[in-house]
Amino acid sequence: MSKTVALECRGITKTFGRVVANKNCDLQVYEGEILAILGENGSGKTTLMNMVAGIYFPDEGQIFVGGQEVMIASPKDAFAYKIGMIHQHFKLVDVFTACENIALGVKDKGRYKLADVRKEVVEITQRYGFIIDPDKRVADMSVSEKQTVEILKVLYRGADILILDEPTAVLTPQETAKLFAVLRRMREDGKSIIIITHKMHEVMSISDRVAVLRKGEYIGTVNTTETDPTALTEMMMGKKVELNIQRSEPVDPQPRLVVEGLTSINAEGRRVLDDVAFTAHSGEILGIAGIAGSGQRELLEAIAGLHKLSKGTITYMDPATGKEENLRNKNPLQIRDLGIRLSFVPEDRLGMGLVGNMDIVDNMMLRSYRKGKGVFLKRKAPRDLAEKIIEELEVATPGATTPVRQLSGGNVQKVLVGREIASAPSVLMAAYPVRGLDVNASYTIYNLLNRQKEQGVAVIFVGEDLDVLLELCDRILVINGGRVTGVVDGRTAQKDEIGLLMTKSTTEEEGAE
Amino acid sequence: MMPTKKNHIPLFHLTKRDPATLTWQYRLGVRIAAVVGGLLMAGLLMTILSGENILDVYASMVDGVFGTSHRVWTSLQSVAMLLCVSLAVTPAFKMKFWNIGAEGQVLVGGLACAACMMFLGSELPLPLLLVVMALASILASVIWAVIPAVFKAFWNTNETLFTLMMNYVATQLVAYFLKVYIKDGSGVMPVMKQYGLPVIGGNDYLLNVLITIALTVVLYIYLKYSKQGYEISVVGESENTARYIGINVKKVIIRTLAVSGIICGITGFLLVGATSHTISTTTVGGRGFTAILVSWLAKFNPLVMALTAFLVVFLETGAGQLNTDFGIPSEVSDIMTGIILLSIIGCEFFLQYRIAVRKNRKEEA
Repeated sequence: MSKTVALECRGITKTFGRVVANKNCDLQVYEGEILAILGENGSGKTTLMNMVAGIYFPDEGQIFVGGQEVMIASPKDAFAYKIGMIHQHFKLVDVFTACENIALGVKDKGRYKLADVRKEVVEITQRYGFIIDPDKRVADMSVSEKQTVEILKVLYRGADILILDEPTAVLTPQETAKLFAVLRRMREDGKSIIIITHKMHEVMSISDRVAVLRKGEYIGTVNTTETDPTALTEMMMGKKVELNIQRSEPVDPQPRLVVEGLTSINAEGRRVLDDVAFTAHSGEILGIAGIAGSGQRELLEAIAGLHKLSKGTITYMDPATGKEENLRNKNPLQIRDLGIRLSFVPEDRLGMGLVGNMDIVDNMMLRSYRKGKGVFLKRKAPRDLAEKIIEELEVATPGATTPVRQLSGGNVQKVLVGREIASAPSVLMAAYPVRGLDVNASYTIYNLLNRQKEQGVAVIFVGEDLDVLLELCDRILVINGGRVTGVVDGRTAQKDEIGLLMTKSTTEEEGAE
Repeated sequence: MMPTKKNHIPLFHLTKRDPATLTWQYRLGVRIAAVVGGLLMAGLLMTILSGENILDVYASMVDGVFGTSHRVWTSLQSVAMLLCVSLAVTPAFKMKFWNIGAEGQVLVGGLACAACMMFLGSELPLPLLLVVMALASILASVIWAVIPAVFKAFWNTNETLFTLMMNYVATQLVAYFLKVYIKDGSGVMPVMKQYGLPVIGGNDYLLNVLITIALTVVLYIYLKYSKQGYEISVVGESENTARYIGINVKKVIIRTLAVSGIICGITGFLLVGATSHTISTTTVGGRGFTAILVSWLAKFNPLVMALTAFLVVFLETGAGQLNTDFGIPSEVSDIMTGIILLSIIGCEFFLQYRIAVRKNRKEEA
């Protein structure tokens, strides 16, 4: 095997304050291969690649392209060496078409004609099998189309080394398969592709070799065909870990929350929720699956009393008295005053669930500060709660008076979930509770949700990783475009089945509105 | 293909600091260094402009602020009044409600007070008159502050423009009052010291200073330890979080501006009823704007505001003395104030970023 090294990193170190993001990292990518970079969140995958792409500048170490040492101080330098990165957050102009976005920022001599750009873009799409309309406006595109534009942008600029940062995080299984087909075609064309991911099955299916990072350090590179998920997990974690979720059978499930005909129309007149109906039972985890932005957030916020509805009822069945309460259009305070313990872990942790600049104690107080008479705050109980949560959930923090903004993502989430569980809820809603968390923290959260379920709480879990939804949930509700497209059994459903429901058109069956 | 010119190796680059690594000693040290550095630069500039010895320049400034017991008291009075207005804008700022209308809010309070002195002065016994004066001032200021708050809460208007515009309305109200109700046509309201607050401890300004100290402590406790203060912080940090926990954001906005209004009213009452005993369109004298600076520099902490208010007054008064002693034009004092404030604000950069010098490059270079 005489492969040419396309890109090499030697001894790269990068620190942010006292945080060491990368420590003495080495990496080699050959021409015409797909290299997966595997590591937990915070292991320095993205930082390392950002240095190759010119976003950051390494404190120490060297980068070689085609055997020559190079100095990459900006994304422009990276492009000069034919390196292009597709970031997790797309950087596109909404009102421009695909072509216009691709042409944007390219510095050619003289005037360029958009028609020439278009011709070349079409040529690239045909060569690799992209499916995209070059004249479609970005604002009208799906997430997967936007990603395609980002990849085209990089290819148009002549990149030979492509770096993709968690490209499948926003895709359905079907879209992922399409993307992988395109990537394989690029590999055959001699391009080097680096794909950052933490999803094991994707690593196994797409990559030729896997480079593993752990806590900023380079652990090693292995050939995909010569390894297996268990061995890779061990490399990633530094120890053997048992990764399975203990799913128990629901005990005596009773309807706890009955949602009927929920409809909400946003400011632009679009139906963000359209006739949504489901029942959440006690002692059960109900999963909600769907492409990002299908109405998951609005649904949970509507139940929590934060989102205005134009139609529908939300009926809460009190387990103690058997009384029914309609929660529609009640604000969170009114719901609480009814004695209903409805806990909600929102998607936006620091923007909604917590206040980033406040310390853990004051964040504990958010739910309870009104308790007690008098105009002054009582910080004793929240301080005790903060210390209890820090100890029980093993929150890594200098102390209870550290602003939560300074904690890592996993610890922020432990603080938030800990507080929401502390009020002994009867309904617990969690939106993407493990997003951005490492494997250990994720499993801590799954276990917490499972324990709540075993205690008879009705748990509603909005997730994005279908594998996790299938392992954790008893039933899975699939929504698309604000409508329920199906409810499946978490124990028997197949991933493809859910994937199809996620993209199932909802307009065809109902005819004209 | 490959760029032919080898890229320049950066000598240093900036990295963000982790706030958890900064000790309070370091923070304090950087800030003190900034103040001292600013003073040095400003002193140097004064020396160049006037040709005086730099030490004489500082001595002159200190003399202007602390030179005589009268000067000490005048300075204290200036600090107190500036601090009062700064306290008034603080609750709103903590809520990220950019109220730049303190000037007008204080002025209408003063106007209400002056009107009471003029029309009720001879009708009511003094103790009752003083109570009416204080209440009228507070009421007027609260109304002036709550109007933009209501518009913000219900129609999401831009509070910065709204409060700014209301300053001009307030100024014109005072002008109208002076033109119409001053019967001799001079447009100047006579000094009505007989209806003012009593002088305690034989000093004209002692009462003002004491009231300001009390206000400072009360506001500090209100913001830090009361439930309402907590709500202000939550709304200011994130309106979404406030809604999430069921805080009525509209109510908090209006209530907080009412608190701002109360402090503005007290300030107006002190300025007219206890200090000048008359009113003019310049009674507040720009304090409503300077207060924004004082409040920001102190990061909205009322206790620290006492220090920042003093710093600003020191610069203004000291520069005035430079004018008297060396004939340095008073406009130069603005330059000086600018230099020092710039260095204080600029030092935040060093608290947020670290300059990293690249290591281990020798062998390849």
